[in-house]
Amino acid sequence: MTSSAMTNGHVIQTRALTKRYGDVRAVDGVNLEVRTGDVYGFLGANGSGKTTTVRMLLGLVLPTSGEAEVLGRPMPTARSSVLPRIGSLVEGPAAYPHLSGSANLALLDATGSDRRPRLERRNRIAISLEQVGLDPADRRPVRAYSQGMRQRLGLAAALMRRPTLLILDEPSNGLDPQGIHEIRALLLQLNSQGTTIFLSSHLLAEIEQMCTHVGVLRSGKLILQEHLDTLLQPTGLATVRTPDVAHCTSLLGGYVVSVDGDRLLVRAEDPARLNAYLVAEGVRVDEIGPHRRTLEQVVLEAEARA
Amino acid sequence: MIVVELIKMLRRPRTWLIIGMLIALPTLVAVLLAITDLGPRPGTGPPFLSAVLSDGTLFPLAALGVVLPLLLPIAVAVLGGDAIAGESQIGTLRYLLVRPVGRTHLLLAKLVTVVAFVLLAVLVVAAVSYLEGRLLLGQAPATGTVSVSGSTLTQQELAWRTVLALGYVIISMLGVAAIALFFSTLTRSSIGAALGTVGILIASTVLLGLDAANVLHPFLPTRHWLAFVDLFRDPILWRDVTRGLIVQLGYLIVFTLAAWANFSTKDIDD
Repeated sequence: MTSSAMTNGHVIQTRALTKRYGDVRAVDGVNLEVRTGDVYGFLGANGSGKTTTVRMLLGLVLPTSGEAEVLGRPMPTARSSVLPRIGSLVEGPAAYPHLSGSANLALLDATGSDRRPRLERRNRIAISLEQVGLDPADRRPVRAYSQGMRQRLGLAAALMRRPTLLILDEPSNGLDPQGIHEIRALLLQLNSQGTTIFLSSHLLAEIEQMCTHVGVLRSGKLILQEHLDTLLQPTGLATVRTPDVAHCTSLLGGYVVSVDGDRLLVRAEDPARLNAYLVAEGVRVDEIGPHRRTLEQVVLEAEARA
Repeated sequence: MIVVELIKMLRRPRTWLIIGMLIALPTLVAVLLAITDLGPRPGTGPPFLSAVLSDGTLFPLAALGVVLPLLLPIAVAVLGGDAIAGESQIGTLRYLLVRPVGRTHLLLAKLVTVVAFVLLAVLVVAAVSYLEGRLLLGQAPATGTVSVSGSTLTQQELAWRTVLALGYVIISMLGVAAIALFFSTLTRSSIGAALGTVGILIASTVLLGLDAANVLHPFLPTRHWLAFVDLFRDPILWRDVTRGLIVQLGYLIVFTLAAWANFSTKDIDD
């Protein structure tokens, strides 16, 4: 890795990255920051510019203006040295339909100039296929694969060369819940072994369950980029669930922010103290705890601001 | 990369289907000639076809004369048109480029593969039609084959002139291959790219039949295709063969450069 990547630890860094198609700014002044070891969730609705950004990071689409640095080197200029260390899944998997899964991987592997001995290549193809839950001995052509199997094959292709950075666009597309669970476990395991993961998705739940960092793209603009723990930290409010709503509100007065059925939102830095107070005053408490926003609320608020 | 592309071409069922079609037509012609013994009158019909009745060793050339005007260029247009557009259509293009494979490198590998296909197709057609000529049609006169000019060619002379002719046929397809490759970088539809190429060939053929287009004739890609017949004159008439060569090289260079200019900075967003 070059010195700049060593010093600031950035695996991906973009400055005012912009892509215009005619008058439309598909990606508009995006400053991404992904550090070594992150699981970065890149959120955005369909058509928000996620895929175009991913394509610019991989040198498939040329930016109109701005810069992108990946693994410490400028893209797309340094693609021949950067791309061999990246595994990617861009807008769905693709394979030659008349060949088997392992034949497809072998062909793809053989196209690069960074070729390894034959045995090593065959081994890593078999290992990658097993990792994603496909049978390396399966001789059926990809034409006969289900959508989930194709998705797994695409992931195997991304993992094949043990990349230091995985750029995955909608990796759980077409997978059943069991498959999603398996792939998530696999990605987290790879991350714990040092692989940085950049995951783009329109599924909030997927990002919330896996990621350490979140970036939100809306109409080509990055409206939010933050550590997930920071976003979801306690809000200084407490949620109280009680059958004695009236008693409780009269006791707390102006501290009550909102009431929703038997659920109250109360301004309180210390829920434990609040609990002791309520119980002492004879309020029965079913449930009490610090209030945290969901990622969905965070994203909706950010979008409302933007 | 070139090796991988060649393997891909050889493993595609379609490659062999097309070669099968290229063999089928001359085979049908050979069978019909053998049964009816009715050749076209001298000077009409595809070249060498009237001569093969008495001399089967000329049948490979007659076979090439049969497939060259239409079948072979269409096959080249289909393969060349599929080169980039086909990968784009099924989505494998982006994975090749992030592997990474250099765009110029990929383009050259595709061009070499199409030319290799032409070589393979021409050799298979020549080999099969040679056998058919020996088995189904007349034997060569003991004195040797009669050239187009009426003199007699020895077996050796015939052999190397045949090799020259095969080489010329392959070169004749370079222009089509480059045009198809260029169209292939313009669109995601391999059929569209192939049809565009065939359209150009049809236009060229139409213009060749039009006296008003005389000034254009020397530059048309199909103008010198059948000049390989001149290689069997005595002495060899080099004029059209040389011109054909230059025209094909011109198309090859211009359209390969155009394909490169378009593809090397193209946004891959399929």
